[in-house]
Order: sequence, then C-alpha cells, then structure tokens
Amino acid sequence: MTDIAIAAEGLRKTYRGVAALDGFRLSVPAGTVCGLLGPNGAGKTTAVRILATLLNFDAGRAEVAGADVARQPEQVRERIALTGQYSAVDGSLSGRQNLVLFGRLHHLGRRQARVRADELLEQFDLVDAADKSATDYSGGMQRRLDLAASLIRAPRVLFLDEPTTGLDPRSRNQVWDTVRKLVTDGTTVLLTTQYLDEADQLADRISVVDTGRVVAEGTPDELKAAIGADRLEVVIREHGRLGDATAVLERIGPVDADPDTRRLRVAVTDRVTALVEAARALRDAAITVDDLGIRRPTLDEAFLSLTGHRAEEEDKK
Amino acid sequence: MTTAIADGWTMTGRYLRHVVREPEQIIIYFSLPIMFVLVFGYVFGSGMAVGGDSYREYLVPGVFVMTQLYGLGATATAISLDISRGVVDRFRSMPTARSALMVGRSTADLARAVLEMLVLVVCGLLVGWQWNLGPGQALAAVGLILLLRVALTWVGIYLGSVVRNPDTVSLIVFPLAFPLTALSNVFVPPDRMPGWLGTISEWNPISATVAAARELFGNPGAHGEHALLLAVAWPLVLLAVFAPLAVRNYRKLGR
Repeated sequence: MTDIAIAAEGLRKTYRGVAALDGFRLSVPAGTVCGLLGPNGAGKTTAVRILATLLNFDAGRAEVAGADVARQPEQVRERIALTGQYSAVDGSLSGRQNLVLFGRLHHLGRRQARVRADELLEQFDLVDAADKSATDYSGGMQRRLDLAASLIRAPRVLFLDEPTTGLDPRSRNQVWDTVRKLVTDGTTVLLTTQYLDEADQLADRISVVDTGRVVAEGTPDELKAAIGADRLEVVIREHGRLGDATAVLERIGPVDADPDTRRLRVAVTDRVTALVEAARALRDAAITVDDLGIRRPTLDEAFLSLTGHRAEEEDKK
Repeated sequence: MTTAIADGWTMTGRYLRHVVREPEQIIIYFSLPIMFVLVFGYVFGSGMAVGGDSYREYLVPGVFVMTQLYGLGATATAISLDISRGVVDRFRSMPTARSALMVGRSTADLARAVLEMLVLVVCGLLVGWQWNLGPGQALAAVGLILLLRVALTWVGIYLGSVVRNPDTVSLIVFPLAFPLTALSNVFVPPDRMPGWLGTISEWNPISATVAAARELFGNPGAHGEHALLLAVAWPLVLLAVFAPLAVRNYRKLGR
C-alpha cells in the first residue's frame, strides 16, 4: 500500500449552527496532487484550515503527514506549509526580511536563515525586489513570495488554497510550474481551486466538494467519463447541408444539430470506428467539413452534472 | 521554553524592524509625548501652583505616566491589524510558539517606551522640571513607570485581540484612556476633588505610579504611605489578569 499523506474521516465543523463541513472525507497518497474542486462556500477552505491546524473541528478524525491533527498539532506544523488565498506575509517588511523572519521562526540559525532566504529569492525570481516592501509587490510577486515562504523548510505536505486566484496567466503558469516541480521532489500537495482547468492541469486526483462534503472523486479522466459518453463533433462548412449531414450521421446514432454554429453532435461508444465511419460517410455525401473530432466532456460539464450548478457560481450565504 | 523565548525575541525584531522601515512613524510617534510635556508643562505649569509648589514639577511625572497610557493605543491597533491579516495564519501554521506574537509585541513596546522616557525626561528638563533626590531614585521612578507600561501593553494586546477591527480599536482607545488620566492625580491632587471623585482618583492604578514617581523624583504632591507598594502591585495585577486573557484569545483564533 502506498503511504497516505492526508487522511480525513467524517470531519464536521459547524459555525453558529450552520455546517461548513459535514462528513468530509479525504485520502491523498504521498507524493501526489489532490485537487479540491468546488464553488465558493462549499467548504474547501474550511477543510484546508482544519488540516493545517488553523481551525478546530467538532467531530471526525484527520491525520496529516503521519500526525494526528487534533492531538499532535505541533508535529503537523513541523511538516506542512500553507499558502492561502490572501497574502500571508508581513507587508511592512521587505521580501528578504520576510523570508529571514519565517526562517528564524522555523528555528533556523541566523546565518542559515539568511542563506535560505537568498536561495529562495533567487529561485522565485525576486532578487531585484528583495529589499522592497512586500506591500509594493505586484500580485504575482506577492504570490511567489508567499510560496517561497512556504518552502523555507521543504514541507512534506503543502496546502495551496486557491493559489492562482486573481493572477495573470503568466504568474499562474509560474505557480503551476513550481507546484509540478515540488511534486517531482516528493511533496504532497492539496490544492483548492475554483478553476476546473487548474485542477485538470495539476491534480492527479480530484475531489469535488459541495455543501461540506466530497460528492465525487477520481482522476480528471474518470470524472469526465463518469458523467457521460464521448461525443463525435462535426462542424460543416455550408449551412444548407445541415439536413444532409444529419441524415448521414444518424447511421451512427441520434444527432443533436445546432444550426447557428453548424455543429452536429453524436454520442459514441467505440470512438475510432465512429470517427472512421463518419469521415467516410461525409466524404461520400460530398459534405465539406471544417472540424471533425471526438470530444470528451469538459470538467466544467462534469462539475455541473455532479453538483447541479456551475463551479463559478457564487454561494449565497 | 527556550523556543518560546527565541520565537518571542524574533518577533520583537520584527516589530522593531517595522519602526526602522517607516521612520516617519517615529516622528509622529514622538510628537505626542513631546507635545504633552511642552504644552501641559509650559502652558499650565506657568499659570498654576499646587500649594505654593511649582505646578510644573507636580505635573511632569504625571505626563510621563499619561504618555505611557496613550502608548496602549498603538499596541492595540498593531495587534488587531496583525490578527486581521493573513500573516498570522502563516505564524499559526508554523512550528512557532503561540505566545511569540504577543510576547514579541510587548518586548518591542518596552524598547519603544525606554526611548520614549528618554525623550520625555529631556523635554521635562527643558521646561524646568527636575529630580531632587539623586539619580538612583530617579531611575527607580522610571523603572516603575516602565513596569506600568508593560502592564498597559498587555491591556492593549488584549484589547487588540478582542476588538478585531483596527479602525474600531483606534477609536475606542481615547475614550478609554482619557477618563483614566482625568480621574487620577495626573493633573489635580485627589484631595482637592469632591470626596467620591477623590477616592476614585486615589485608587486609580495610574495614580499609584504617578504618586510613587513623584516621591522618588522628590517632586511635590507625593503623599500616602503605600504609593510605592501600590505602584508595584497594580501593574502586577493588571499583568496577571490581561496577559493570560490575551494569550487565550490568540489560541481561540482556531474556533
């Protein structure tokens, strides 16, 4: 059996009678990335804060990096790091001073802390801004400083709570690259996100969270497969041939045609046969095709069908 | 325990660095005490007398203590600001002693208070105040004032941990601090006040330290046998109450 880095069972957390977590469970093998996917207010952040020992819980059991979250929080804190949704550095200090401070609070020696700070500034491309106040950093720089602060002592488990929310695409890619590199080095990552493509890009397994519990889990592919068949999609050149194309494709299965986009969809089971058959039939009927391919359902669609609402939807609480 | 001390000390360095990085704050920070001594000492001190003695000599030790009381505002604001920001999440997710933030703040504030006292004494001397019983006793008086400051710092830390909104904190400090100074022996001797008011003033923790300081400086208005004892006891009581409460509030952030 592989090592389990994060294990949670029946976690329950109530705020003034409202359950933020209700029977939350999670199991993340060491050295993998688990994506917690869900809308605002689903309980993702609550779960992360509990697992990172920042929040007590009312019932259940949780273990992180081999230590019990409720009974051995000090051991947990030795082995984890957290980068939250909001900047968790001291804005009044410079980037370098922040890293040295956190190094010292990690009980590194004075010199060691300084050396480590320099390494991290280098690694996160912050050398030029090292002595500027952190408040004057751009959003992307702040997030990099945050990540650097989390990596002062290589954590066994890294919690990333919406690490790329509000970042421009370039900064987002930088964060993603860092995460990928960490995982190669053996770190376990628990990542919460509202962005489906982020989960798709980074996560080995995804747990879909809604109203305080995990409503589905699996690899990104499994989740997509779980909610429906693959589809053959065809976009034809001429609007007038839509009827002909529908007749041709109906040999494969029921056709869903959209006249506005000249797109036709057919649910398929045997993907290759369907593709070959469709291509041949369309050519024989002399219908010009702009696009032809097999599409898997997107995670967006998966999410919609699992929770009954879209991922970006704001929770009204 | 050694970890707790080391972490607290690291955090002290953090707060002192804040001051160094924003030097304009120092100017604002010291303008109030300087103003207190100059304005109160010079303006009021020129026009009043307490039983034939110099009012200025009577007043200045009171202003020393009053300044320490107002220092509580900066403490409370800084703590509530810290708690409202994400950086405390990082501290709390690290293997850092949970007492570090508050212990660090109180030590840093003590360092500021020492500097403050230095400035205040110089200003006092400039307006014609002096100590009359030798430097040893004068230092003891300063020591008692600093002891009160440490206790008040913890009141401020507690306040900052209860009222989480930094804006609210800075608003409530003045209405809290002002009556405490007015209803004390800072400006007027309690025996000149109406009976019940005088009693309140006598028992005010601020009065205890002011009376003891006057006694040790050899300034007029020192009376009551227990002044020194009270000036030690009151701060210790405040500390014993507010320090545990404040640390408990910090631990309770996880609720």
